[in-house]
Amino acid sequence: MTTSRPTLLMMPALAWLIGLMVVPCGLVLALAFFQRGIYGGVDYTFTLENFAKVVDPLYAGIFLNSARIAGTATLIAVVIGYAAAYAIASCRRSLQPVLLFFAVLPFWSNYLIRTYAWIVLLNREGLVTQMLRWFGYTGEPPSMLYTEGAVIAGLVYNYLPFVILACYAPLSRLNPELAEASRDLGGSAFTTFRRIILPLTMPGIAAGAVFVFVLSIGNFVTPALLGGGRFQMIGNLVYDQFLTANDWPFGAALAAALIAIMMLLLLVQGYASDRASTRSAPVREDA
Amino acid sequence: MAERSAAARRSGTTVLVLVFAFLYVPIAVLVALSFNAGGLPTVWSGFSTKWYVSLASNRDILHAALNTLIVAVASTIIATLLGTLLAIGVETRRRKGTVLEALVFAPMIIPDIVLAVALLSFFSMLNVTMGLHTIVLAHVVFNLAFVCAVVRARLKSFDWSITEASADLGASGFTTFRRVTLPVILPAVVAGALLAFTLSVDEFIIAFFTAGAGRASTTLPMQIYSMIRFGITPEINALATLVMAVSVIALAISQRLNKGMVGQ
Amino acid sequence: MSRPVLEIDQVSKRFGTLTAVDGVSLSIRENEFFALLGPSGCGKTTLLRMLAGFETPTGGRILLDGADVSRVPPNRRPVNLMFQSYALFPHMSVRANIAYGLEMEGRPSAEIRKRVDDMLATTQLGGLAERKPDQLSGGQKQRVALARALIKRPRVLLLDEPLGALDKKLRGDMQIELKRLQHEVGITFIVVTHDQEEALVMADRMAVLRDGRLLQCDTPHAVYEHPADAFVAGFIGVMNFAAGMIAGQGVAVRDGSIIAGALPEGMEQGAAALAAIRPERIVLFPDEETANRTTGRIEALAYHGLDLQLHVRTPLADKPFLVRITADTADRRPLAVGDPVELGWSATDTRIFRN
Repeated sequence: MTTSRPTLLMMPALAWLIGLMVVPCGLVLALAFFQRGIYGGVDYTFTLENFAKVVDPLYAGIFLNSARIAGTATLIAVVIGYAAAYAIASCRRSLQPVLLFFAVLPFWSNYLIRTYAWIVLLNREGLVTQMLRWFGYTGEPPSMLYTEGAVIAGLVYNYLPFVILACYAPLSRLNPELAEASRDLGGSAFTTFRRIILPLTMPGIAAGAVFVFVLSIGNFVTPALLGGGRFQMIGNLVYDQFLTANDWPFGAALAAALIAIMMLLLLVQGYASDRASTRSAPVREDA
Repeated sequence: MAERSAAARRSGTTVLVLVFAFLYVPIAVLVALSFNAGGLPTVWSGFSTKWYVSLASNRDILHAALNTLIVAVASTIIATLLGTLLAIGVETRRRKGTVLEALVFAPMIIPDIVLAVALLSFFSMLNVTMGLHTIVLAHVVFNLAFVCAVVRARLKSFDWSITEASADLGASGFTTFRRVTLPVILPAVVAGALLAFTLSVDEFIIAFFTAGAGRASTTLPMQIYSMIRFGITPEINALATLVMAVSVIALAISQRLNKGMVGQ
Repeated sequence: MSRPVLEIDQVSKRFGTLTAVDGVSLSIRENEFFALLGPSGCGKTTLLRMLAGFETPTGGRILLDGADVSRVPPNRRPVNLMFQSYALFPHMSVRANIAYGLEMEGRPSAEIRKRVDDMLATTQLGGLAERKPDQLSGGQKQRVALARALIKRPRVLLLDEPLGALDKKLRGDMQIELKRLQHEVGITFIVVTHDQEEALVMADRMAVLRDGRLLQCDTPHAVYEHPADAFVAGFIGVMNFAAGMIAGQGVAVRDGSIIAGALPEGMEQGAAALAAIRPERIVLFPDEETANRTTGRIEALAYHGLDLQLHVRTPLADKPFLVRITADTADRRPLAVGDPVELGWSATDTRIFRN
């Protein structure tokens, strides 16, 4: 049997991905099933206690807390991002690529630097405080840095461009005649948005939301820098297990949980966008 | 109707102004303060480029910048080669496989921290001495996925019958690739390479976990991270401005070469 | 003659410096099948969008049953549009698509169900009610789009290139089908099309537009037989032209001979003019009394089943004349490329236009 040319072309890259992504990720998953060694390291005795620890109230609390922070950031990013994408998609065709480029540009600059910019903005003598003073505020500088709000602002700021991009794609592909048809058939602007535009662009919203949520819940830079380490997210927990607490098996179990959350959300998203494309509109009940 | 759409246009403009302000004011403040003469990092006291000058004499930063350059160039070259071949392979395959698609897509969505700890465990289990070379190995993983995505986007609109025409006119498979396929997809390949370069320059978490002990293989983002943890300094502002400038320039070129890539 | 349902009064639409529609006035009667015809860019689609409410006229008024609706938004006009792309909602079933307009009116669901079922039957879509638009053929989509607009019982139904997306054979069937439906539901139809044949077949009356202006508005027969100008003459059907100048009771053409025909009013002797003759009006080997006669040579023959088209090089014009003869005639007298022929037509079949 001969190997086909496409397979040959794909071989080096696939080998790289398998060797340096699939196998290491499998390994980390496997680690989660072993005990922690007495001096750190790994003791190769099978156990499920790491997973038990993940759902232990102490850590489950951190999970819920990070889910709440990530959820809030996702909600805000989706609302702002969708509005921005809608505004871009309603602009002149020739202007749209330019606006989109500038909306996405910050996304490709350094994550640390974008987060650092918020430290500059929010610190006790930062721009926000200066603005307040300029408006006549004389009291103590408000403490904005190292709050949950700062973490959420940082997450929204960092992932907003992606949401704009994800929402713009279905909005720009939307046949404008569909909205016109709805108006022509008697739908108000709001009804047209709710019954036609929103359902048809739901896949983009879902993709953007899943992305923001997964990356937020697994984040460790933003909570560390803008939360001052006071707001633990799963990402920080994983970081600690590997680099300070030296409990690799538990860190591995946390990473596995992160992957599980991601997979679950991707499945839900896939299901939701499937449903959105096959759902028929409910017939109104008698008033 | 005319009045309505004018109102809609105005609110659209308002949304865009607010969103762009949100996106760019923090960056603008950062850049402006990098030219601040005063030692206080957030209070304006006159224009100066002295922080850029002081950067140039900071050995740690220069060392980190060199490391970053080595990692970015090496991983970009490998990833561009592998990613382009992968893209052609995937697009010319007759059967479309879900597993294959997932495998090619995964590096772009997997949380950094997961790949980071996975590679750390993997390298330490194999007793591999970590350093710049392990960072390169790691960066190629996500870089090749991005190159592949950019090239595939171009190949989607590629008319494969022109390769058949080339074969019909007597060209070998390799000649067809060199004379027909490559020139058509070259802008996408270069765009993908530039994208990979900026991703590698900016990547922090995976590098942080796979750099090994000691300061020898500290990259620029790692250097920036440790500086930020000590507090705000005008020097960081200057460094941040330079790093962003490099990313923006590389991305602008990439965008020009591959119009509409962002819109995919 | 029934009263006008829709009056278009001196309507203009300017986009910046471009004038898409320029002072068009039309009056459309109750239950009429009306066609707006013109080449692309003639302003017919802009006019249609103004009737639907998607554009506001920059000049003039649109009256529906006597009331000015120029500035009424599309969702408050008893006028519906069948989109060229059909614009079926892809996430809704056929039934939900058709029900949408009634839901917008807030009708009780029992009434909606009843009326949708009736409409599905009328448009022969019964078995497809639960399908999604992407599971339908082009012809089926077209019927759903029609049903969705018709169920609102609009005063006027606008159809934008309704048959444009269908293949040629289906188009012929649908032309008849549209006529039948229009007759059955008794609603005024306004069809926009660039296909003159479609307009000729379907319309009770038609308006020909060019560069935003109305050139002619009349029955298909009148437009075909008595085109208002040379453009309409060439746009509707096929026409042979010979350029020259007015001389006596006809046009003196290239070889000096005079093509006889009725002169339009106000044409002076010596004015530049075009003589025009329909291909089916030209007789091969005419008898003695025929007013206009010429000789020529066959350059090409094209067989069309029912008839045969000859391209005949004549001394009258630069371009060869197109002559259409029945297959019968051709059978009786075999013809070949290169054969000399004689052509003739009567003076009443010549149309003369200003050039």
